[in-house]
Amino acid sequence: MRAFDYVRAQDAAQAVASHAQREGAVYLAGGTTLLDLVKLDVMQPTGVVDIHRLPLDRIETLPDGRVRIGAMVTNTTLAFDETIQSRYRVLSEALLSGATTQLRNKATTAGNVMQRVRCGYFRDGVSPCNKRAPGSGCAAIDGHNRNVHAVLGTSRQCIAAHPSDMCVAMAAIGATIQVQGPNGQREIAFLDFHLLPGDTPWKEHALEKDELITHVTLDPPMRNSRSAYLKLRDRASYQFALASAAVIVAVDKGAVSDARIAMGGVATKPWRAKEAEAALIGQPANEAAFQRAAQVAFQGAVPYSQNAYKIPLGMQAIVRDLMTVTA
Amino acid sequence: MAKFEDDKPTINRMDPVAPKPARRRFLQSISASGIAATTGAWAGAAAAQADAREGSQQGKAGPQPAAGVMTVEFVVNGARRKLDVAPNAILLDVLRDQLGLTGTKKGCDHGQCGACTLHVNGTPINSCLSLALMHDGDEITTVEGLATGGKLHPLQEAFWDHDAYQCGYCTAGQLMSGVAVLKDKRIAADDHAVREAMSGNICRCGAYENILAAMQSTRARTKRSA
Repeated sequence: MRAFDYVRAQDAAQAVASHAQREGAVYLAGGTTLLDLVKLDVMQPTGVVDIHRLPLDRIETLPDGRVRIGAMVTNTTLAFDETIQSRYRVLSEALLSGATTQLRNKATTAGNVMQRVRCGYFRDGVSPCNKRAPGSGCAAIDGHNRNVHAVLGTSRQCIAAHPSDMCVAMAAIGATIQVQGPNGQREIAFLDFHLLPGDTPWKEHALEKDELITHVTLDPPMRNSRSAYLKLRDRASYQFALASAAVIVAVDKGAVSDARIAMGGVATKPWRAKEAEAALIGQPANEAAFQRAAQVAFQGAVPYSQNAYKIPLGMQAIVRDLMTVTA
Repeated sequence: MAKFEDDKPTINRMDPVAPKPARRRFLQSISASGIAATTGAWAGAAAAQADAREGSQQGKAGPQPAAGVMTVEFVVNGARRKLDVAPNAILLDVLRDQLGLTGTKKGCDHGQCGACTLHVNGTPINSCLSLALMHDGDEITTVEGLATGGKLHPLQEAFWDHDAYQCGYCTAGQLMSGVAVLKDKRIAADDHAVREAMSGNICRCGAYENILAAMQSTRARTKRSA
């Protein structure tokens, strides 16, 4: 493995300062993405700023009803947290559907937000890949694109699906990402954080140079709602989603009074389907209405050579998930 | 294949003529802000070279690690260990190669198979995806530390009784995950939940049914004796 320098940060300000001081430095949290990709030589840091012990490990309910999650809270801790399990069931389910016991024990909230795509051409280090080697092309468009490639939000430059389950639940819930940089702190709306590939697929998120995620703050839960995460994949555990759906629904007198729908495995970023939500709100809570909303969610989907099945599969995921939470 | 025409990518390009960041100035700045210079300072091969270029002397008493090497101290199976490691040294490799604890196996080396699972402060992790330096002050338990006083851990005995292996390469990782899963009250006791919680440990020989049987028999035995 490529050599790099190391520094252990004691607090967020020191982490940012160390990062700013070294060209080619990266933040190291759980390491489950970073060290994997360094071993593959896909990421080539000159230095790592170890942030995994920063005192950003708390889950707090704020006076306004929001819940603030420290960047270093592990996926396991977050998934089993009582507040998350009782008020944000969809998030707990999404977390527990991802990766494995050991990986969730290491992986952090911020690291999950920052995880990289699973496209084999990105990871192999040699194929054309505009994310890894800007301008080299996209081998996936005419290559193996069945499993971890998107049908929504793609471009001619990149079709890799965003791999996170956690982020899909957060997209449905609504959240804010707090970051700290050399010029202080700022907030980024969760849905604005991940960027569509467009013509710049190597630019994956809204972080500015040296900025560090310190917290993710969840919006207050929807009143009188139920929520669930449904993940569909080739094997029963430990695999990335072919298609997944996070839904949060409130039903009043048989009609949908409020709804949130987000999708994973089918889109290049955690995908909030606001038009599908609008199509569902006010409708009777039944399968026909869910089918219509699912149709709306996949309007504009672009299938590639091997992943056209994701359009009906993604629609079925939404319908089944809505059926489950309204049953 | 579409190619970019005018907007040239700029990310990940390092300008070779850009001035190197001045480490010494950085150290001075954090010292001035009240943070000890021994924390928050870059260390490693490149940092050591920078020190040499600047004629830097750390001036500390006692032996210092060689250039490009850092010291880490942790407890492994109850024994305190102090080691010099490279910044990019992986915990799994340090345990196997520097401490000779070869019970922990290297399978995929990418967090996909679970063969390298061990406990850090009681929590199972993939040791192939951890830098040794991340574990300063941690308590690490490997498969060599499961047996106590010459007596096998109940799950080790159960693996024996239920023939929960064939080639044995994944067994250390299965045991370390299994012990942690049985202890974790947040994980349900039914077969489905145990299979799900153990899904990070791949067995090429397909001993899954026997591993599950060994775990559930250990659970029943522990319950009876409790």
